[in-house]
Amino acid sequence: MGDLDLSFFDWALVQNFLLKGLVFSVELTIVAMIGGIFFGTLLALMRLSSHKWLQVPAALYVNTMRSVPLVMVILWFFLLIPFLTGKPLGAEWSAVITFTAFEAAYYSEIMRAGIQSVARGQVYAGFALGLDYSQTMRLIVLPQAFRNMLPVLLTQTIILFQDTSLVYAIGAYDLLRGFTNAGRNFNRPVESFLLATLVYFVICFSLSMLVKRLQKKIAIVR
Amino acid sequence: MTWDWQFFLKDIGDGETRYVDWMISAWGWTLAVSGCAWVVALLFGAVVGTLRTVPNRWLAGAANVWVELFRNIPLLVQIFLWYFVIPAIIPPLQQVPSFVMVVAALGFFTSARVAEQVRAGIQSLSRGQRNAGLALGLTLPQTYRFVLLPMAFRIVLPPLTSEAMNIIKNSSVAFAVSISELTMFAMQAQEETSRGIEVYLAVTGLYIVTTMVVNRLFAFLESRVRVPGYVGGGK
Repeated sequence: MGDLDLSFFDWALVQNFLLKGLVFSVELTIVAMIGGIFFGTLLALMRLSSHKWLQVPAALYVNTMRSVPLVMVILWFFLLIPFLTGKPLGAEWSAVITFTAFEAAYYSEIMRAGIQSVARGQVYAGFALGLDYSQTMRLIVLPQAFRNMLPVLLTQTIILFQDTSLVYAIGAYDLLRGFTNAGRNFNRPVESFLLATLVYFVICFSLSMLVKRLQKKIAIVR
Repeated sequence: MTWDWQFFLKDIGDGETRYVDWMISAWGWTLAVSGCAWVVALLFGAVVGTLRTVPNRWLAGAANVWVELFRNIPLLVQIFLWYFVIPAIIPPLQQVPSFVMVVAALGFFTSARVAEQVRAGIQSLSRGQRNAGLALGLTLPQTYRFVLLPMAFRIVLPPLTSEAMNIIKNSSVAFAVSISELTMFAMQAQEETSRGIEVYLAVTGLYIVTTMVVNRLFAFLESRVRVPGYVGGGK
């Protein structure tokens, strides 16, 4: 192994290999975040409802998802989706569905804690004003829960972004795949992995610094 | 579709190993990778977590760098780093089996998370405990050894339980460098037998059983070392 040679790294490489992967990783993160928070909030509301028939399935879903490795969940969906729909779905679409379903379980735990952190008096106040359950939740409880949990939700999203690299298992073209392909193409795997490390670190570290600043801001207002 | 579990008793092609034997051996690899990585994670996590709370700014700063570094790079990328990059830069490491490299990757990755928990545990103790130790004439290391750490470790047992369960789940990423663990078995057996659903069900079941056992072990440990009068000692 000779010295590191980064001369293969130029704009053409970024355009040909990395950009496509980065766009997919970011898209996957954003879609899974929005979908995950949406379904996660529904799951949290189900678990906190007084009806057993809502509580039990939601708890079962969340606990199952949380006790299986993400790679296995990715493999499961990749196997099951074509089986259920009857036609094969690309690795990319399969990843989008998998991550939304998987992250919903994790976001739901955060939203559940968030809803429980809202003072009970707020709910009573809503009812006293004549709002019904869905109005109280939508207009009073959820906005506060969401706000209290915003830093945790965003931290989970950074973890989600890191986890998107696991679509490697089904061969979807994400940021990491872009780097491995570039490394193979130029026969420079070592440099390519080093660059991948650097890029992921810069993205995740700056995002986590932003979350920390946001956390301070929110803490002062409250 | 029909179930077919019979293939588990079929030969994988070498004349002596059945699929079920292969799966048990893969389970063993999962346990070995997670177990060894857990020892690494606990050791480094405890040291780094403790250093983050010491008054010396250089030591605390170095410990912070450690945590940020290992927390902000995806596990899969870290595994590739240990497997491809580090042996290329330090040639003697090329002789080291890939098992060791994966254990290092998973162990250091988890050590950052353990360090976070240990730091939080130490900082959750009231300032008076540290001061009391110092006032009694203990040196700072003695205060940590006899006063702070015995308390902190008991308090952080519940979050450490989830980290221990996480390390078993995260060991599945070792498939990427061809460690013959459960996920690798699932992928290969699925391909060879085309009985994907049965294979995945069995493997998923083993993961759930393993994490549950770890959960129970920690709950037992927690009840044994509970500190009377502390909520943190309970569940």
